[in-house]
Order: sequence, then C-alpha cells, then structure tokens
Amino acid sequence: MAENGHNHGDNAEYYALRAEAIQALLVEKGVCSINDILSMADKLDSRSPKDGAKVLAHAWVDPAYKERLLADAESALLELGYDLPETAPRLTVLENTSEVHHMAVCTLCSCYPRAIIGRPPAWYKGLAYRSKVVVDPRGVLKEFGTELDESVQVRVIDSSADYRYLVLPTRPAGTEGMSEEELAKLITQESMIGVALALSPESVSTS
Amino acid sequence: MPKVHDRGSWPNDDPIDHSEHEMEEWERKVDALSSVLGEKGLKNTDQLRRAIESLDLKTYESLSYYEKWTAAMETLLVEQGVMTTAEIDAKMSELERGQK
Repeated sequence: MAENGHNHGDNAEYYALRAEAIQALLVEKGVCSINDILSMADKLDSRSPKDGAKVLAHAWVDPAYKERLLADAESALLELGYDLPETAPRLTVLENTSEVHHMAVCTLCSCYPRAIIGRPPAWYKGLAYRSKVVVDPRGVLKEFGTELDESVQVRVIDSSADYRYLVLPTRPAGTEGMSEEELAKLITQESMIGVALALSPESVSTS
Repeated sequence: MPKVHDRGSWPNDDPIDHSEHEMEEWERKVDALSSVLGEKGLKNTDQLRRAIESLDLKTYESLSYYEKWTAAMETLLVEQGVMTTAEIDAKMSELERGQK
C-alpha cells in the first residue's frame, strides 16, 4: 500500500528517467545547469529540525525573544542569523500552552515550514494524516503516543502555499536549570508540528 | 465529493505510517529542481499544486510524492512552451538507450 506515496514499483523507474530527461532538456535549452540543481539540493539539505529547535529553545529561555518570535517570526529568525528567502511563504509561530495545543497540517498537499526545519516527514505528506487530523485530532495524537488533558483545547491549523506554521511546544517541567543547547535536544520535529510534546528531560538524560 | 487533493475529512481508516522514506538521489534532484524553476520564474507553489491537483484520482493515489512533482513540473514546462512532450519522450528514449 502506497500510504505515504512511496510505492517503489514500476512508476519510480519511469519517473526517475523522465525527470532526468526534463533536466537534460533544461540544460540543453540554457534554462539552468546541473550545478544549479545540485547546489540547490545542498542548500535544501542544510535545513533540518535542529535549526527550528535552536530557535524555539531560545524562545523558551528569553521571554522577550519569544514575544518577538510570536509577533513577527521572520524578523526574529533573522536575529539568530536565519535569513529566510524572499520567496519563502509567511511563517507564523504558534505557542502551545496548558490551555491550547496547536497541530499543523496541509490537507491539500505538503506545505510545511521548510525554510526553517527542512523537508517534511513522510507521514506529513501521507493521505491518512491529512484526512484524519481535521476530523479526529485527539485520535491522531494518540497514534503518535500523545495524550492531552481533556481541558486542553486542540487547534488544527491548515497550511497553504502562502502561510506556514511552526509550533512552539510547551516547555516541559523540570527543565529550569538546563542550558539552551540541552533544551534544544528536547524539541523534536514531531513537537514542532504539534503531534507530540517536547521530550521530558528524563527521556534524554540517559543517552 | 471534494477534488482529488482536498483530503481534509476524506474518509480514511488507514493508520498513519510512521516509517521515514530515505530520499533517492533522483528525488532529491526533483525536489531541488522545483526550487530552481521557482527562482527562474517558471513555477510557483500554487502552479505546482494546480498541476498536481489536475491529476485523475487513480494517478493521484498511485504516484509517489516526487513522481507527482515530476508529472506536475512537466505539465508546467510544456504549458509555458519551454519544452514539448515529444522532446521529453525522445530524450527519455535516448537516455534509455545510453543505459543499455
């Protein structure tokens, strides 16, 4: 079953070759070079959840920074040296609290805050997550092993070509004395999408 | 019935598949090509989505993520007169012969 669309069947060989043909024609026609494509791929490889975690951990320790990040994410990211491309869609950081929990989805496709945390995980692009999260968010949270108190309001945010969302998870208890670097390790890709909470300090202290 | 891509609340009982997919090199290049075409003004996200969304249901559900992107980029490049389907077919045969 190609749940995440990763059927390594007959299609892959055909499309891999078709993609190569398209690229070869673009080069022949002078639209771009193979080097343009490869250097772009390297650039895209360079963003990962670690970048987002670094920013969000800073927001945990610096309340004034957090305010700026929630008010204007692009400017706040620039403060930490993350210069989002001008063509990147608007980015908004959503804060999870003891009252409200945000989850991001792209029901239509796979829009994701790539400019700061890299490419989306496979399940995010898969049909099951996209279909179910807007109907039964708590059921989806359970599939990720996440249980929230009944009193917490769950908000599911649909991303688009123009608007992307990064979730600021709740800072776990017992992290008061931790450094920003240690805190960043608690902020996972799943917690920045909102399908999980940040890790507890106990869960990483053994490693 | 919503359109093929409009998946919010589409009936689905499948469990979420948590396995990660290691990108293959051709997929990595397709991923990058999309951004390169964006920089050249030959594609934006809305256009790419529109091209993906015009796939028929069977194709939409049977193609993998970057297969859909490849099909969509072809649509956009052909529409804009950058290349023709015949040229792509011919180049594909040429590459195929080279592989043998």
